Amino acid sequence: MIHSLFLINHSGDIFLEKHWKSVISRSVCDYFFEVKEKAVDPENVPPVLQTPHHYLISIYRGKLFFLSVVQTEVPPLFVIEFLHRVADTFQDYFGECSEGVIKDNLVTVYELLEEMLDNGFPLATESNVLKEMIRPPNILRSVVNTLTGGSNVGDTLPTGQLSNVPWRRAGVKYTNNEAYFDVVEEIDAILDKSGTTVFAEIQGVVEACVRLTGMPDLTLSFMNPRLLDDMSFHPCVRFKRWESERVLSFIPPDGNFTLMTYHVSSQNLVAIPVYVKQNINFFETGSCGRLDITIGPKQNMGKTVEGLMVTIHMPKVVLSANLTATQGNYTYDLTTKVLVWDIGKLNPQKLPNLRGSLSMQAGAPKPEENPSLNIDLKIQQLAISGLKVSRLDMYGEKYKPFKGVKYLTKAGKFQVRT
Amino acid sequence: MLESSKESLKLEAMKRIVGDPNQFIRASALRVLSSIRVPIIVPIMMLAIKEAAADLSPYVRKTSAHAIQKLFSLDADQKEQLIEVIEKLLKDKSTLVAGSVVMAFEEVCPDRIDLIHKNYRKLCNLLVDVEEWGQVVIISMLTRYARTQFTSPWKEGAMFDENNEKAFYESDSEEKKGHTEEKPYIMDPDHRLLLRNTKPLLQSRNTAVVMSVAQLYWHLAPKHEVSIVTKSLVRLLRSHREVQYIVLQNIATMSIQRKGMFEPFMKSFYVRSTDATHIKTLKLEILTNLANEANISTILREFQTYVKSQDKAFAAATIQAIGRCATNISEVTDTCLNGLVLLLSNRDETVVAESVVVIKKLLQTQPTQHSEIIKHMAKLFDNITVPMARASILWLIGEYCERVPKIAPDVLRKMAKSFTAEEDIVKLQTVNLAAKLYLTNSKQTKLLTQYILNLGKYDQNYDIRDRTRFIRQLIVPSEKSGALNKYARRILLAPKPAPVLESSFKDRDRFQLGTLSHSLNSKATGYQELSDWPAVAPDQSVRNVEIIEASGSDSEEESSESEKTSSDSGKSSSGSEQSSSESELEQKKKKKTKKVPQKKSKPTAADRYSEIPAVCWSLRASFFFPVTTSSFGPVKTYELLHHMTGKGLAAKYHFPRQPCLYQPSMVAVQVILSNSSDHSLEEIHIGDRSPASLSIHCFNTIERLEPEASVTVSMGIDFSDSTQAANFQLCTKEDQFSVSIQPAVGELLMPSSMTEQDFCKEQGKLQGMNETSATITMETANASSQAISKQVLSVANVGVVSSSQNNFSRFAGRTVSSGALVLVSLELKESSTALLTINTEKTVMASMLLRDIKQALTQA
Repeated sequence: MIHSLFLINHSGDIFLEKHWKSVISRSVCDYFFEVKEKAVDPENVPPVLQTPHHYLISIYRGKLFFLSVVQTEVPPLFVIEFLHRVADTFQDYFGECSEGVIKDNLVTVYELLEEMLDNGFPLATESNVLKEMIRPPNILRSVVNTLTGGSNVGDTLPTGQLSNVPWRRAGVKYTNNEAYFDVVEEIDAILDKSGTTVFAEIQGVVEACVRLTGMPDLTLSFMNPRLLDDMSFHPCVRFKRWESERVLSFIPPDGNFTLMTYHVSSQNLVAIPVYVKQNINFFETGSCGRLDITIGPKQNMGKTVEGLMVTIHMPKVVLSANLTATQGNYTYDLTTKVLVWDIGKLNPQKLPNLRGSLSMQAGAPKPEENPSLNIDLKIQQLAISGLKVSRLDMYGEKYKPFKGVKYLTKAGKFQVRT
Repeated sequence: MLESSKESLKLEAMKRIVGDPNQFIRASALRVLSSIRVPIIVPIMMLAIKEAAADLSPYVRKTSAHAIQKLFSLDADQKEQLIEVIEKLLKDKSTLVAGSVVMAFEEVCPDRIDLIHKNYRKLCNLLVDVEEWGQVVIISMLTRYARTQFTSPWKEGAMFDENNEKAFYESDSEEKKGHTEEKPYIMDPDHRLLLRNTKPLLQSRNTAVVMSVAQLYWHLAPKHEVSIVTKSLVRLLRSHREVQYIVLQNIATMSIQRKGMFEPFMKSFYVRSTDATHIKTLKLEILTNLANEANISTILREFQTYVKSQDKAFAAATIQAIGRCATNISEVTDTCLNGLVLLLSNRDETVVAESVVVIKKLLQTQPTQHSEIIKHMAKLFDNITVPMARASILWLIGEYCERVPKIAPDVLRKMAKSFTAEEDIVKLQTVNLAAKLYLTNSKQTKLLTQYILNLGKYDQNYDIRDRTRFIRQLIVPSEKSGALNKYARRILLAPKPAPVLESSFKDRDRFQLGTLSHSLNSKATGYQELSDWPAVAPDQSVRNVEIIEASGSDSEEESSESEKTSSDSGKSSSGSEQSSSESELEQKKKKKTKKVPQKKSKPTAADRYSEIPAVCWSLRASFFFPVTTSSFGPVKTYELLHHMTGKGLAAKYHFPRQPCLYQPSMVAVQVILSNSSDHSLEEIHIGDRSPASLSIHCFNTIERLEPEASVTVSMGIDFSDSTQAANFQLCTKEDQFSVSIQPAVGELLMPSSMTEQDFCKEQGKLQGMNETSATITMETANASSQAISKQVLSVANVGVVSSSQNNFSRFAGRTVSSGALVLVSLELKESSTALLTINTEKTVMASMLLRDIKQALTQA
């Protein structure tokens, strides 16, 4: 299936290659570079490419291209999903997925890649199984390893791979037993010029951090599970129980994982936490423009809106911005033409405002369209859909764990058209 | 040096594969050996694979499946031997092995479909527990398999075409005239099994799995069931950019054939300014596919925003899309045209050019009274530099030159001046315009035309020289020119068919969805065509698996004994052929699930066997397919509809006490319909139901029931573990009768097999509130344990738990809908009194069950 993998950095250097079958020459990447040149923006490179003898499937993560070479028919999503899993694993092991970190941990990276695929077919992709075989690096161990010539390869065998719960390793022990769940909801919305909602929906995810001894069997139930319209689960969740009783019953993996993602039914009206009053004008003559933005609270269920930020991709002709903000700071990046206004906490008494003038290239025609505003915000301790966890029960183990639930609402793809 | 080190490595690996007591070492050794790509070791590898395929550890067997592919790529001549190994491994019941061996199968011998038959049901049942990558491979293999083995669930002529309802009915009635005995379509239970078992995987976190289930439903499910995949596909749009790209491509193909599937989610395809260009274009494509009379105004409003986008390539694509909407929906053609004309004054060149091209196409579809627009375009001509747009305007003026008699010659004059500096495509159209004008208005344009033809004659491009020569011979009369000259006008000014604006995804459906070939729109190496449905289903019995007697504990033997008798009685009592074969199937399935935990063990290796649990039957599996043992019990039949009230239609029902085929949470009910009137009854089916949420799996409509005839049909009802009656209407062609099925509490259970120890453990968990008990006085005739079992089983569908104590009788079951455990125990005390205890979470059920069992045991 997957024949080879090339890691390519932002400037187009191949800094790592790995072949699972025979070696394929690097020159195969030339086809990719050709397309990349044409696409200008790396986001615009099509993920699937055809070359005379091979097919190239690539993903773009953290300014890196993961480019895989396949030779025969294979579902493209299979490869894409796997590549993202590789990137996730790097993130999990090294804290971030960047060129520098990968170069620092080359040995571990090769070990991981060797275990994740066998002859091009995924073998062990569960982070719990991998961590049993190849230990994540830490400073103490790397010092010891350099002195003694040891390696990160674990000396225990990955028994989890054989059990009927492959996502959990055996013999987990903690002195403090705790289980935390984060319910994070994102509002995706498009608002039009007048502030009416063109499209809005809520996407949620339940992230878990479970550190429990032994083989606990957990049951998480919601106060109002009917809200949920469509969801996907971690493989540990017993789907049948959800179908019949609408509770999440599962034996959790050890550590951090995404328990479920969900979508709130579109019948429910989505509360939009802020309103935006904006006025952006470009004048026909004088090559300048005006900008005036005010943000105020709308439906925020009595909570404070934090981390408010407005990002505007200005038209190419805008040279500079001369603005004053009543709250927070603004920056205008001249090369990327991105205006960022970092507001912070929204104070309902004194609404934040940004106004001033934009200067444009002399002689250039005024832009056809006003740029749209991308809004970022956070509301702590609130799930905007109203979803609530009612209880968490544990079976199979005797001790009393510490349990905690946190709610957070964020703006997802929240866009205001102007 | 290298050779010798390889040699020793090889030997060492071989030694490990055969001898090491640790399964991981054995597996790793095989991985190492099979990764040495030297032809010389082929025989040794073959040996090692064979050895490992018979290993007791499923992990080692999995590794051997991987090694098969490696060996095959090293030496394809080993195919025959490898197929033997694959055949053996396909029989494996471990979830670990399934994915890998199917992968090997796909690589080595994808055409040997006969190897799958016997393993088909097993693969379907294991599917949910296989690791996610294996699921993808198995699902795509099963899709191909199903297309060769089952008949089409899509009705004749109604394939996908929703708009073609009328034609479908017509053809149907015609066909009926031809041969009246055409049977209604009945889905093969195995086909249904596949659809049912893949459905939960739509909730997988792995996008590849979701996509493969979606394509399975698209290619295999009946028309009305396909739409269940919509939500999951739309969910994937939240994922990474690359995932979005592939999913949108597939949705684009789907939305051409089935608008209805995605229309409710139209807004999810709205474009954001931050999307990548190829994502934007795909979303646009889908929105255009979804456009219809009802939503076109919303879509056009949305398009207006896109036209102004800073991304000019995208704006141009939007104009194309508007053009497509305009041709497809005649109501908005004029609106679109006006909108596009406004865009002609846009400042951006690409936008204007694209508008010209689209307007040209639109005008061609309805050329009446649009001379204003043509004039407007002629005025714009000087300012437009994009060759395609210039060529389009020239063509328009030429084609409709009689509508703009004053302007056309002037445009030609300008072109004559700039001819040499133009692009090839513009030159060609200039020649074209000149020829047309020469024919219609030769007085004014004769000289101009000749000038242009002369320029063309010496052009650098041979295409233009060629065209010029051709045109000159065609229009300028000379002694050499033959008959063609007379027809020049008819040739050049013939009415031309308007171009059809079509989706670029129109022909993608020739590829299986979700494949690389579909994504690239060209056949990739190793792509396997999806075959058409067979007209007649091949033999179904090939998938039957011989019953292997389970050699488990005593209790199981006992229950399987009783199972046999019950299946016998079931067969003799059931009326129609269909239902009896169905029950047979059920029985086999049960056998299969039961024998799973057993494993043939090689005595020689028994010493290293103890280290691993050979059972790879996961927790989840038992949730999906509860291990069931059917129990003996006389079948009680209840009246559903009396023939007096039913105007001749009589109906009786009984509970066959088998797991429902349609959905595991349903209780299977068999209904015997008989006709006691003197005329035949037509179109017997199930109508409205109450409560409306009641989920019933209806039987297929019975087209015709002759007088004195009767038919047995099976249906499934989800009672949600309550004894509330299921009310529904039984309809014939003329009448409707309200009927209701009220289940006895004992029928809402299914047997669960467990050992005495497990029973006591579970009972210990269900104390307190969950326990109900009563002391009863029994008839002396009932005091023996056989008699007790018989009485208890007659009221409740539970399984007998073998007991080591004589005075204890234990029964275990689960509720069908929620799967809650119900434990019944009876302790015999002195002088024919007994303590009856029921432990279950469902306390209401417990008290009702207690009453029923008490009644059964106390009466003679």
